[in-house]
Amino acid sequence: MTAAVAGAMSAWRACWRALRTLSGDDAYERYCRHQQLVHPELPPLSRKAFYVDEQRRKWGSINRCC
Amino acid sequence: MLKSLVGIVLAIIGAFAIGGIALHRNEPINALWLVTAGVCIYVIGYRFYAAWITARVLTVDPTRATPAERLNDGRDFVPTHRWIVFGHHFAAIAGPGPLVGPTLAAQFGYLPGTLWILFGSVIGGCVQDMVVLFHSTRRDGRSLGQMARDELGPFGGFAALAGTLIIVIILIAVLALVVVNAMKGSPWATFSVFATIPIAVAIGLYVRSVRPGRVLEASIIGMILLLVGVAGGGWIDQSPQLRSLFDYTGPQLAGFVIVYGWFAAIIPVWLLLAPRGYLSTFLKLGVIGLLAISIIVIHPELKMPALTQFTAGNGPIFAGKVFPFVFITIACGAVSGFHALVSSGTTPKLIGSEADVRLVGYGSMALESFVAIMAVIAATLLDPGVYFAINTGAGVVGADAHTAVATISGWGFPVTVEQMQQLAHQMGERTLFARTGGAPSLAVGMASIFSSTFGNGLLAAWYHFALMFEAVFILTTIDAGTRVGRFMLQDFLGHFWKPLGRTSWYPSVLLTSALIVAGWGYFLYVGVIDPNGGINILWPLFGIANQMLAAIALCVATGIIIKSGKLRYAWVTGGPLAWLAIVTTVAAWQKVMSRDVTLGFFSGAQDLANKLASGTLSAARAASAPKLIFNQQLDGWLTIIFTVIVWLVIVDMLRVALRAARGMPMRASSEAPHVARIAAAGGSQS
Repeated sequence: MTAAVAGAMSAWRACWRALRTLSGDDAYERYCRHQQLVHPELPPLSRKAFYVDEQRRKWGSINRCC
Repeated sequence: MLKSLVGIVLAIIGAFAIGGIALHRNEPINALWLVTAGVCIYVIGYRFYAAWITARVLTVDPTRATPAERLNDGRDFVPTHRWIVFGHHFAAIAGPGPLVGPTLAAQFGYLPGTLWILFGSVIGGCVQDMVVLFHSTRRDGRSLGQMARDELGPFGGFAALAGTLIIVIILIAVLALVVVNAMKGSPWATFSVFATIPIAVAIGLYVRSVRPGRVLEASIIGMILLLVGVAGGGWIDQSPQLRSLFDYTGPQLAGFVIVYGWFAAIIPVWLLLAPRGYLSTFLKLGVIGLLAISIIVIHPELKMPALTQFTAGNGPIFAGKVFPFVFITIACGAVSGFHALVSSGTTPKLIGSEADVRLVGYGSMALESFVAIMAVIAATLLDPGVYFAINTGAGVVGADAHTAVATISGWGFPVTVEQMQQLAHQMGERTLFARTGGAPSLAVGMASIFSSTFGNGLLAAWYHFALMFEAVFILTTIDAGTRVGRFMLQDFLGHFWKPLGRTSWYPSVLLTSALIVAGWGYFLYVGVIDPNGGINILWPLFGIANQMLAAIALCVATGIIIKSGKLRYAWVTGGPLAWLAIVTTVAAWQKVMSRDVTLGFFSGAQDLANKLASGTLSAARAASAPKLIFNQQLDGWLTIIFTVIVWLVIVDMLRVALRAARGMPMRASSEAPHVARIAAAGGSQS
């Protein structure tokens, strides 16, 4: 029983993580991890600045079709 | 062993389903036949054909580092789990095209459209998307235009760029026309579509300033607000004073959309475009899932015959015979040149392993094609008489309801005025006659599917929800397309005067946005004043442009395959290329040269000019005639220019291929050098 519950919980968590990645909800956390790893000497952008910059980058090229 | 056994079983079921679809006559066929045939064909195509192409033709190498891994910057280039890339890529390629095209093509019956959607995608469209994605992945995510320039020469690059710009403008015009026709004279639809704009702005402000970057919760709030907007539209529709505030004619709505398009292109993306992009993506995925489940649950019978008499030409929704016009009309549901632009650019920068291109490139397009199959089902489950009454312009069947039903019943598709009135009443509309563009008939089809699945009674709400859903992602495509067009124009004008090329210089932004909006706004306006509904002229033009862009993409792909010494496999992309070249050239030839005044652009213009000169037109039609005459001539010239560009690219590709085959010197491959992966093969992570 507990094993089943634990299984369901971990499946739910995996789905939630996928949904966050897919929608870009966790983009800032991923960015911070990357910055920490590669450029620990530079201060990361704020959440707001990152979001605005990210949207400009995303919509700066063809990313929607007919 | 097990794999081939599964394949054989699938092949038998698929062949049985297709045989059933093709041989069924004079009795309704169940929608599940189409679903079964589709699923079998996609799975076989994916498991065998796509696997063979990746192994033999592309020689995918999972040990080779992808640009996402080599150039990982945490933003643009990020190795991402393949199912996440699949989701991103599908969300990007899934647009309104595969919903509208199959709806219009249903005038030939359900069979021609269905067969082309199934076979065109597994042999053409999916292959194009996958091969272009792979080639771009091997070239650090370079765009189609850059690859054309690097691999074929400067001319190929220029052609791809010019082709893209023209198709963007035509595409936006035709989609805007679809939205305008859906809102025309319908306060409920107009309110719920207008409401999406302040809702998107509110969400944009929320996700930027209140809770920065929390897009999931913002999207959920936005979705609830959109549903409230649809309900609010129904409430407004009940009040005579309020409903008159949202009751507009076609030209008025076209004016709104044009002004809106310009504003949307010059304000920051985070304010409107990005939040609505989130909302439209969620809506789109939700509706597609809901539609798939509902179709399986209620498995409706298709009432449209397999083939109608319009396969021989003279169809009321658009002119031309089934060959070549079913291929032109289906467009994005089977092969879409526009996908090549997404497959080269954003997506390749996320690919974590070369082995993922099959799922992302081929798989996404197979799913997109399945969406087109669902659109066929939604269009053909309507009574054919009702389908034609909604989709045929007043100029063809007459503006009066009694004349229209008499004409349509005369074609052998019985329909009555009472039936249309009752349907309009159920859908919460005053009339459903002559609502050209495909969106309203698709919404009627979707509303009947949803309301039978989830209980009757909410038909009107489902209908307006479906219209709002289509409008939301059409508006997103309009905004995104205008912006892309502006970037391309700025890039081009920057060659003549540097400041115009600066994307941050506001006067240039205002000017170039206005130029792009004026381009599509012109076609939109002429479409709106056309008594035949405008779609009959614009959609074929869009289809030809889109399929020609696909031909350009396939030229680049074929050129690269031949240059890499795999001439014997060149048919993999060369075959679809030859087919598209034939189809588009024949279609273009007919649109330009035909003496049939409903089919040929120039003969149509001449016919209208004669009528104008002889004074047989009504005052209203005489006033709009000069614009329509000029427009048909312009469309004819555009078709000629596009055909010439495509054939020049094909000749350029053949020149390169000949040099490669003879071992003569040619442009070096622009493929990035091999670097081994750091991570273990197959270990791409998010």
